[in-house]
Amino acid sequence: MKLRSILGITICSAMVLSMAACGEEAQTSTADNGAADTSAAADNSASASDGSNTVATDGSTSMEKVIGALGEKFMNDNSGITFTYNPTGSGSGITAVSEGRCDIGLSSRALKDEEKEKGLTETLLALDGICVIVNNDNPVSDLSLGDISKIYTGEITNWNELGGEDSEIVLIGREAGSGTRDGFESITGTTDSCKYRQELTSTGDVITTVSQNPNAIGYASLASVSDTVKAVTVDGVAASEETVKDGTYVIQRPFMLITKSDAKLTDAAQKFFDYALSSDANEVISGAGAIPAN
Amino acid sequence: MNNSKAKRKALFENIIHGIFLILGLVTVGCVLLITIYLVISGIPAIAEIGPVKFLFGKTWASTAAEPSYGILPFILTSVYGTAGAILIGVPIGFLTAVYLSKLAPKGVKTVVGQAVSLLAGIPSVVYGLVGMLVLVPGVMKLFKLSDGSGLFAAIIVLAIMVLPSIINVSMTALNAVPEDYEQASLALGATPVETYMRVSVPAAKSGIAAAVVLGVGRAIGETMAVMMVSGNAPNMPSLFESVRFLTTAVASEMSYSSGLQRQALFSIALVLFLFIMLINAALNFFLKRDEKG
Repeated sequence: MKLRSILGITICSAMVLSMAACGEEAQTSTADNGAADTSAAADNSASASDGSNTVATDGSTSMEKVIGALGEKFMNDNSGITFTYNPTGSGSGITAVSEGRCDIGLSSRALKDEEKEKGLTETLLALDGICVIVNNDNPVSDLSLGDISKIYTGEITNWNELGGEDSEIVLIGREAGSGTRDGFESITGTTDSCKYRQELTSTGDVITTVSQNPNAIGYASLASVSDTVKAVTVDGVAASEETVKDGTYVIQRPFMLITKSDAKLTDAAQKFFDYALSSDANEVISGAGAIPAN
Repeated sequence: MNNSKAKRKALFENIIHGIFLILGLVTVGCVLLITIYLVISGIPAIAEIGPVKFLFGKTWASTAAEPSYGILPFILTSVYGTAGAILIGVPIGFLTAVYLSKLAPKGVKTVVGQAVSLLAGIPSVVYGLVGMLVLVPGVMKLFKLSDGSGLFAAIIVLAIMVLPSIINVSMTALNAVPEDYEQASLALGATPVETYMRVSVPAAKSGIAAAVVLGVGRAIGETMAVMMVSGNAPNMPSLFESVRFLTTAVASEMSYSSGLQRQALFSIALVLFLFIMLINAALNFFLKRDEKG
């Protein structure tokens, strides 16, 4: 009995060792792509530059819903064209388009001047408003942008400093890497310095938690906020489609399509580009929770 | 004629044996694949960050401009959370098992048994949802806190979730105690409760220990339910603070992660996997001892 189990263990460990040796190759390829699940999309983007019937997009994770909905509609209307989206983040998307690894880059921030100098053009696709939400029972209904960043960096910790009740402010946020968190932190100037009490993994969780706790404050995309929570006005301006569009509501960010200024898009990519900016796409964009710009 | 029939039968037997062997190997193959994949994808980040810094670092800020990857808060949270759940769950589960196995009238036994099975079948996201909507606000009001989510809420949810495995396995062990032991004890004048606690329980102790270990395994591996009630901020654990477990650390950041952050998440999964292996080894130890005894 004992002999047998020793034999078994020896065989098993031998198998593990031999397979581990084979596995090294796999490891390097994972590391190259950074993300295993995006490798398929990366392959597609490589072939896209050859002018085949593929539209490859790469970039902002916050644009996932909008781009996903647009891509799906586009593929339905144009059979034969494959649409891919590689959610890597705005920075990576901008790099990818300038290096020709994708047709259209997706960015949820405006291009910096040095990026424009590299020969990139931005085209506004849509706008996204981020609401600051509190519990319905909270008497506070207006906050300045400065107050919001002070709250999130832990300088203001009690609601009574803001005209509310005497209770500790509970900060609800999103997990590291979330597009909404990234957008909120960069607009309020609190990047990497937020003192979150809870980091939740979905917009729905944030809204539910805030609706359950009278001391909570959170943020969520404009389209997802319903009357279970109260969206505060920021510097006196309520978030709505109009105020986001005319720029008076400040916690907002653009969804940009990034292309090369000098190079022409492939026919398929141009077709998608035109479709995304046409009024036909507006319904799809608002359906996905953003505010169409055109 | 007869000979060829026998031969065909033997061939058929062999084929069936072969199919069973292959099916059995599928499981072994999956375990090997997962182990190898975790080791291969988990080691690089540990090597890059440094094992001591990784395992004993107190700050986790994976997306900061200067990222730091210390998972000590997660390890301690998982250990404390599991310990808390066991501390609450084992007495309740164990006594329930003794009651159901030895003392309960038939009707009660059926009803409670059904309830326990149902509890085992409830998906963890439902535990999480109820925890989020009922338990967290409840904890907040009861202890007059500004926010109820945290280690305490997670411990309560986990304690409830480990109950079915503890009750079921302990009950099986208690049911397997030979009736002769109990009758001998009763014949010597011991009361029923004395008999069960002094004779039946010691006789079933290996099985009960296995039940506890199984509960530990369930608690340490639970993700969804604790993610919804624990608050998820990577703090060092304290009872009413927002905390992050090993499991939730992987789950909450995996979807958007990239580069070293993603590799570090695999490393966390590897650490978790080692914990589970240890627990399984302990389980095997208890079960083996039972066989010999």
